[in-house]
Amino acid sequence: MNYQLDHLKELEAESIFVLREVAAQFENPVLLFSGGKDSILVSYLAKKAFYPARIPFPLLHIDTGHNFDETIEYRDWWVKELGAKLIVGSVQEAIDKGTLVEEKGYNASRNYLQTPVLLEAIEQNKFDAAIGGARRDEEKARAKERFFSHRDEFGQWNPKNQRPELWNLFNGRKNFGEHFRVFPISNWTELDVWQYLAAEKVPLPSLYFAHRRKVFQRDGILLADSPFIKRRPEEVVEEKLVRCRTIGDVTCTGVWESEAKTIEDIIAEVAISRQTERGGRADDKRSETAMEDRKKDGYF
Amino acid sequence: MTSKTQHNTELLRFTTAGSVDDGKSTLIGRLLYDSKSIFEDQLEAVKTATARRGEEGVNLALLTDGLKAEREQGITIDVAYRYFATPRRKFIIADTPGHTQYTRNMVTGASTANVALVLIDARNGVIEQTRRHAIIASLLQIPHLVICINKMDLVDYNQEVYESIRDDFEQFAAKLDVHDVTFIPISALKGDNVVERSQNMTWYEGPTLLYYLENVHIGSDHNFIDCRFPVQFVIRPNTDEFHDYRGYAGRVAGGVFRKGDKVLLLPSGFTSTIAKIDTSDGEVEEIFPPMSATILLEDDLDLSRGDMIVRENNRPEVTQDLDLMVCWFNERPMQLRGKYTIMHTTRQVRCLVKDIQYKMDVNTLHRDLDDKVIGMNDIARITIRTTQPLFVDSYRKNRITGSVILIDEGTNETVGAGMVVG
Repeated sequence: MNYQLDHLKELEAESIFVLREVAAQFENPVLLFSGGKDSILVSYLAKKAFYPARIPFPLLHIDTGHNFDETIEYRDWWVKELGAKLIVGSVQEAIDKGTLVEEKGYNASRNYLQTPVLLEAIEQNKFDAAIGGARRDEEKARAKERFFSHRDEFGQWNPKNQRPELWNLFNGRKNFGEHFRVFPISNWTELDVWQYLAAEKVPLPSLYFAHRRKVFQRDGILLADSPFIKRRPEEVVEEKLVRCRTIGDVTCTGVWESEAKTIEDIIAEVAISRQTERGGRADDKRSETAMEDRKKDGYF
Repeated sequence: MTSKTQHNTELLRFTTAGSVDDGKSTLIGRLLYDSKSIFEDQLEAVKTATARRGEEGVNLALLTDGLKAEREQGITIDVAYRYFATPRRKFIIADTPGHTQYTRNMVTGASTANVALVLIDARNGVIEQTRRHAIIASLLQIPHLVICINKMDLVDYNQEVYESIRDDFEQFAAKLDVHDVTFIPISALKGDNVVERSQNMTWYEGPTLLYYLENVHIGSDHNFIDCRFPVQFVIRPNTDEFHDYRGYAGRVAGGVFRKGDKVLLLPSGFTSTIAKIDTSDGEVEEIFPPMSATILLEDDLDLSRGDMIVRENNRPEVTQDLDLMVCWFNERPMQLRGKYTIMHTTRQVRCLVKDIQYKMDVNTLHRDLDDKVIGMNDIARITIRTTQPLFVDSYRKNRITGSVILIDEGTNETVGAGMVVG
């Protein structure tokens, strides 16, 4: 008789508890889906949490228009697989309407433009809880994030005004116009995510596995060659065997030289890796507190 | 779950407490660094930051400083969670600040911990803050306490210094409700007895800190005796395939539930039998804490969020009158005769503070019967009455069914955390 869960099962139980708590405490939640492994994991856990009923909230994808093609292909397939409803918030549309202005230049990224589009989608659809796949081990500003993270009526996060979370008790009460961000996989590490996805045999986007791609180097990071990135004259394109460790916009997602063809290969690679997965994210490198500053503005 | 990629490791949650200067951040940095949980880019960032502050080498404390404000002030102002793993266990550290005014953070970090790690500066011995940390660990019923006597390098690794601090602490701890205390002499800065056994303290024969964390027995930290299943969410698919499916989803708070068990439902008092148990791995025969599951009953009864499934011959107390030890979290003091929303398991009701019995001095355990002003970071014993019955156990018996939070109905803030006395 051994009543001890292994760490993945304990993390799974915790995340499922949090997801059910969202469905119980909020009237109109939404799951933020980026097409990356973390949001795939959260949506997979949501399916388990409510089985055999359907996931009782829609998925929301903030589409920058600068995606890898594979991301959109996978997204549409996965949503069907889950039997879930998908809502798309479009950065391109906001630019076309003139509500947003695009950055120009070599390091131009639409990453910052996701925030206003997300906040608008939340306001328009009257979502009162947005479930995200952020993990505390990702980045130092996230180490203090709550499971239930309170946002004021401007969608902003105030690190000094977060509610203490004790035991299994999550306080989701709020005033009109405010909302919550909820992070069910807060306690998972990158390795936990991969180990779990492998054990559960969850199908993943092909971008995560080694493939040949045209890339070039900038500031020590390999970027995919794409019509969305303006190359400097000295930046030379070459074809390499690479894979993504995180999936974001083409413009700011670094790719890594890798021969990992299966999840097992990836786990072996992550286990001996000497760089964090966000090490390849150009958006984090803008300043030492880049993530903290974006979060205060309402970023994921 | 079976797979060749599965690592059969347990999860251990521990909380660290220490004062500003006793080297807590350095110790965590050391654990992460020596267990090779630090990545190159993180280390590079810390090296750059160390140099910017005009210091030499690598300031390990900077690894754990999160927010801009605290990096500037060099202090930790909120609970931060850190992760590392060894082949044996995965660890979650709730890193809490040691300031007087941040008792609330310490209580928060302690609420889910298996182990409390208390740091003592070998030059200062047991001080007020040490006692406060130990008292909070005892109040929050953290099953294991490990006392790290740090900065041994600054007292020449002297055995007598270590032993006298240990004796001091033991004398004080006799008054506390702690059962498992371990002492380890370390130097977080030099690495003695953290991950590697110290060559400078051959007189010490106990485990290193990491060995202790990897091996301390946590299999009995949950309550496996008293069956408690708070209903969290009712699953009704309303599809052709699952037309009659009505499942009660929740997380086991205590005991072992098996298919075929006769159960009692609270508050209705009806009895039924467990027809089926669904989990993320499909149907199973039995469930135990802290599993999330869905229970199906043989009878069609009315059961909803906030209700509880228990065994007929082992019931929690069903009551509207509760005695609580509370820790207060808000600038606005607790209001005698004040009304608050109370969350207990998945149940939310309202309550009235009927009596403030005493305020406890968290440094001395002294009970002050006259001071009834309960402000930020105070700990007090109070009596409340709720609008609806709650199904409670004493906190000592079950940390889940014995705990509550109080919510201000005006601001919606969590203003207090309470533990059921009994």
